[in-house]
Amino acid sequence: MDCIERSKEIRSLTMQCIASIGVGHIGGCLSLADLLAVLYTKHMNIDPKNPHMKGRDRLVLSKGHAGPALYATLASFGYFPKEELNTLNKIGTKLPSHCNMNLTTGVDMTTGSLGQGISCAVGMALGAKLAREKARIYCVIGDGESQEGQVWEAVMFAAQNKLNNFTLFVDNNGMQIDDYTKNIINMEDYEKKFKSFGFNAIRIDGHDIDAIDAAVEKAKKCKTRPTAIILDTVKGKGVKFIEEVGVGNHSMPFTVADYERALAELK
Amino acid sequence: MEMRKVFAAEMERLMNKNKKIVLIDADLAKADGTVPLHNAFPSRTFEAGIAEANMVGVAAGLSAYGFIPFVTTFTPFATRRVCDQIAVSVAYAQQNVKIVGTDPGIAAELNGGSHMSFEDIAVLRSIPDMVIFEPVDAEQLRQALPQIVKCEKPCYIRMFRKETPDVFTDGKYKFNLFKADKICDGKDLTIFVSGLCTADAIQAKDMLKAEGISVEVINIHTIKPIDEEAIVKSAKKTKAVLTVENHNVIGGLYSAVTEVLAKNCPVKCDCIGIYDQFGEVGKIPQLKARYNMTVNDIVAKAKDLVKNK
Repeated sequence: MDCIERSKEIRSLTMQCIASIGVGHIGGCLSLADLLAVLYTKHMNIDPKNPHMKGRDRLVLSKGHAGPALYATLASFGYFPKEELNTLNKIGTKLPSHCNMNLTTGVDMTTGSLGQGISCAVGMALGAKLAREKARIYCVIGDGESQEGQVWEAVMFAAQNKLNNFTLFVDNNGMQIDDYTKNIINMEDYEKKFKSFGFNAIRIDGHDIDAIDAAVEKAKKCKTRPTAIILDTVKGKGVKFIEEVGVGNHSMPFTVADYERALAELK
Repeated sequence: MEMRKVFAAEMERLMNKNKKIVLIDADLAKADGTVPLHNAFPSRTFEAGIAEANMVGVAAGLSAYGFIPFVTTFTPFATRRVCDQIAVSVAYAQQNVKIVGTDPGIAAELNGGSHMSFEDIAVLRSIPDMVIFEPVDAEQLRQALPQIVKCEKPCYIRMFRKETPDVFTDGKYKFNLFKADKICDGKDLTIFVSGLCTADAIQAKDMLKAEGISVEVINIHTIKPIDEEAIVKSAKKTKAVLTVENHNVIGGLYSAVTEVLAKNCPVKCDCIGIYDQFGEVGKIPQLKARYNMTVNDIVAKAKDLVKNK
């Protein structure tokens, strides 16, 4: 399956997952589907049959509310059966709305309290260096999440320790719960900010498969510092009626009928 | 010997033995006495700078990668400042992070109210799986650290930094992280005591003995998980309990002990500690007087308890 097909499957499985419970963080899941497709198809050194493989690459979804997008990706790559996606947020599930590494096979860090996952990911990157392993650590934060001070503490620490095995993605979909990010606390200019904090910074269209692929390659080649890849994305990307909800699609009701309507659009 | 020197010496021994142990400071390595560890293990020690939230998160990530990280700073910054990071990235994520908070409570002395943690135990005690340990003296700390390294749970070490009176001096002392230490037998009253109040409780016990009151002194070094058996056994015998702690009596030792007693063996109880106040500047003896925590205060409350039980 190529990246474009994979991203379609991730979108479809994400929506199936959220529709199974009728409500969820659909906007910020769909904005990530293309990144997850590229990372898991072309870049991550992982083995779904050996999820704790020594020296494997890791992904920390610091914006933990996008759990369903990660679960869809993991199911798509065979970490667990796709049917399990229908247990999202049901009592006793292994798939809670926010990521839990101790419940879900293939999830590398417990997240959900924004700003914390990035520090953990930086700790893993430091750990990989200490263990002399070639693992690369990927981390995804939201643009709203970048308002957390801890994000910048982690960024400074990664730069100070020259963690060139650390790649940070900012899912810059421009929205957060209460309004557009620019109207709450405008975090622009991301590139300038990350550069001044000692990172290599790359800004791309977060839905351009080839651009994502090239940016991740560039990050791997940058030996002197960690890299931040700012992904300009659309919250709810891929399904027009979800995109059109705008700010409200952060978490919204989503029925099986909605899923079927969306599926037709995806094809 | 200063507790921080004991800590550094024992950590050096453990870090030589176990390559998975790493240490992170937040710009208090000099105050906490960990500089020798930075010198001895430059590749396994780190500075997070004045950024405690990130320090705890980095430690959780290092643990997720298989390391055993110790993080060190003053108690308020090791606990209330990073409560959510400890709750989510460490405890909920089941990461094996060791949090060392120094200068607990009145030990913060001239740093005063902002630095005087009377709530740190309360903050962490309600987070599942946390192990909370407060050493009394050098020998106890020395024996505790290897057990804390072996214990695959998040641990909080609430550690006095400077010289502290030796309590366990007979050379036969055998420490168990999960068992309270009975310092002496008694029949009229039990004093459950922690940390820097322990030497005072022992002195009070001797004064009470001279007045014909027999006091059992038990050091609760590990407040969570607490040694319920030792508490119930002693309370059943003496039928009166006094707790003495360098912490708010809300959420600390008094709370932990009386929670056990309320369920298993309700007896007359009273407490010495901080009565829901903030800290202020002062030297330890002055602060003990300020918060009614002196040896004489212990003696007076003990007598009242015995008289009215």
